[in-house]
Amino acid sequence: MSASSSAGGGRVRRLSWPGRAGHGFVAPYVVLLIAFGLVPTIYAIYFAFTDASERFAGLSNFATAATDFRFLPAVGHVALYLLIWLVSLVVLVVGLALLLHGLAARAADRALRFLYYIPGALAGAASAMVWLFMLDPTVSPVGFLLRASGLGTFGQVIAPGHLPILLAVIAFWTGAGGWIVVMYGALNNISADVLEAARIDGAGPWQIARHIQLPLLRKWIVYMVILSFAAGTQLFVEPQLLSQASNGVAGRDYSLNQLSYDFAFQNDNVGSAAAISVELLVVGLVVAGLFVARSGFFDAD
Amino acid sequence: MTDKVRADGARRAGKSRRAALAALGAAVTLAAATACGGGGGGTAGAQGGGFRQEPQKNDGPLTVWVDSTRLAAAQLYQKQHPAVKMDIVTYDGDANGSNYLQTKVSLFNRTRKGWPDVVFSSQNNEASWAVPAGFTAPLNKGLIPQSTLDGWAHGANDPCTVNGTVYCLRNDLSQTVLWYNAGLMKKWGYKVPATWEDYRALGEKVATEHPGYIVGSAGDAFTPEIYMWASKCGANQITGPKAVTVDTMSANCTRMAALLDTLIKNHTMSMSSVFSSDFDKNQAGRILMLPGPSWFGGALFQGTFKTPAGQIAVAPMPQWSGDPTPTVGNVGGGTWLLSAHSAHLKAGVDFLTWVTTANDYQGKLAPGYPANAAAAKTWLENQASSHYYAGDITGPLQTAAGQVWSGWGYGQFSQEAIWAATVTTGVTAGKTIVSLLPAWQNAITNYARSDGYKVGR
Repeated sequence: MSASSSAGGGRVRRLSWPGRAGHGFVAPYVVLLIAFGLVPTIYAIYFAFTDASERFAGLSNFATAATDFRFLPAVGHVALYLLIWLVSLVVLVVGLALLLHGLAARAADRALRFLYYIPGALAGAASAMVWLFMLDPTVSPVGFLLRASGLGTFGQVIAPGHLPILLAVIAFWTGAGGWIVVMYGALNNISADVLEAARIDGAGPWQIARHIQLPLLRKWIVYMVILSFAAGTQLFVEPQLLSQASNGVAGRDYSLNQLSYDFAFQNDNVGSAAAISVELLVVGLVVAGLFVARSGFFDAD
Repeated sequence: MTDKVRADGARRAGKSRRAALAALGAAVTLAAATACGGGGGGTAGAQGGGFRQEPQKNDGPLTVWVDSTRLAAAQLYQKQHPAVKMDIVTYDGDANGSNYLQTKVSLFNRTRKGWPDVVFSSQNNEASWAVPAGFTAPLNKGLIPQSTLDGWAHGANDPCTVNGTVYCLRNDLSQTVLWYNAGLMKKWGYKVPATWEDYRALGEKVATEHPGYIVGSAGDAFTPEIYMWASKCGANQITGPKAVTVDTMSANCTRMAALLDTLIKNHTMSMSSVFSSDFDKNQAGRILMLPGPSWFGGALFQGTFKTPAGQIAVAPMPQWSGDPTPTVGNVGGGTWLLSAHSAHLKAGVDFLTWVTTANDYQGKLAPGYPANAAAAKTWLENQASSHYYAGDITGPLQTAAGQVWSGWGYGQFSQEAIWAATVTTGVTAGKTIVSLLPAWQNAITNYARSDGYKVGR
């Protein structure tokens, strides 16, 4: 029944709806999304609600994870890291993009755009490795800066109190370049007429940025915050590598994802590991939902 | 009209999407159930050697996982036994508690295939998880004759033994001794300390007479295994498969913690890891004494620091004066595991026996002190004939091999990682080790509980 009706509907669609090619382009992505996005998610949800012998376990996996002595500290670590990182990301990325746009039509602009983007070309683990060298005063090219601030050894640099800032710096260095280029593109989309009209009305660069460019960038900023929030809650590679490089001095059990990893592979408790990842999924979805709803992200212009 | 059709279509699409999702979910669940259920109804294996064996095969390669240091062993075996088909895989050897092996085995346990036949691990606590995971084959229930097993140094296979069953073979011993620079000692007229009291006194003397020189290092994650273990500190008394007694505030612990605090304060005890670039650059050339495991000689002095021959000598680990039973610590000492899932048990046992006992490898090539006593004898003769060390290293190393304090166990949780995160960070922040002992106790208790241990005091 459904086959015949969809065949009938197809004919109607072929006439009224020319977007078929688009579906063709999206289809491979959908396949990958199902294989590597949806199926693992469902698998994780299944694990989160079952025990080792595959019986329904209610919320006991969530309780085990939440009452573990590492859970609350990890939540605190990730929250502090997110706060520092997201604020610096929004302020610096938007600021740098505006400055870059102000430079337009000069050679410096093109060179800087390239420069900002380079670190982003390094994969996550590789960039964390670069920072392991940067942070060791003995071998770091900026060792004099570290020593000048009273940090003579690697151990002092990676003291627990420094970690949120260090991780935010690493994440900014690797991730911000791409966003600066995106923001720059968004700024280029703002009609020159609008800017010229503002200038004729006597608006300076500051007023143009404050009253025209920033409001028009708002959706892009929301987009950046949503994606960066989701990525930031998944913090894993940087502290994990740091912990291996420092032989466990810093970064062990630091983030929620590390705790999930430990549950799965050290404590042999896949259920609680899945419970943490499901919690992260829910938090990410709720925050994205809030931002989308409050910012009118999908409203047509 | 168009609008209505589109709305209708959307609703229909929504419904079918939901249905598809539900179907997908069901399929995944089903796949998971069958995947995990497969184990129970699997092929009936033969019962022998004290465990359920897989059907054995004569063809197919023997898969061996080794770290880069032990690669030479596997390659030499292959060279001497060209008839054996081998698949040699290098991995990180689980170094620094990377848990790579445990991670992989738990994945293989899920997929019910993929286990290597023989694995080398640089960690000595693998039995603590590998036995409950059903990965290791019992070795003293028919696979390896007891007469062969008796050839290991006293207590060497303790980390491999659970309730009397041996589940792995120790590759090397890592008994601690006192490494020192014989030339400097003589030049400055110092006597090698036999007691910890003398050791501390010498440290204080060095601080005033030769500032910049060190008498030890406490910057590594294995610091507690050198000092606390040797001092009989009961921080890690594994009393059963899932039971541990932790008491870091006893006199045995505080006396050593106070000693370390004194020497850290006067800078004769380094707080940098001996493997760090900082240590190599600033301290490696100023070592007067360095308590540490047997492998410090080859791996550190000869390999990393490139100390010239004829300088480094070995003395017995200092003891507390008045203590009638001399004890030493232990840092690592790798293990070889045989998979219980192996379809090449005979070839696996042959390789395992060769690699742990053969003079060609353990006696002549191995970098560490062999756990097998006969191989250790050859190894020591080789070291002596190399003339790298100043004086005899055989006596102190052989004596120390039998003095590793048995009160420090081999639990699943990593004492090294706990010390690094709790005590090392605290000392770096300017606290004393004595003041950090309660935090250390607390951290061990927490990690032990999270691994399912019953913790007592």
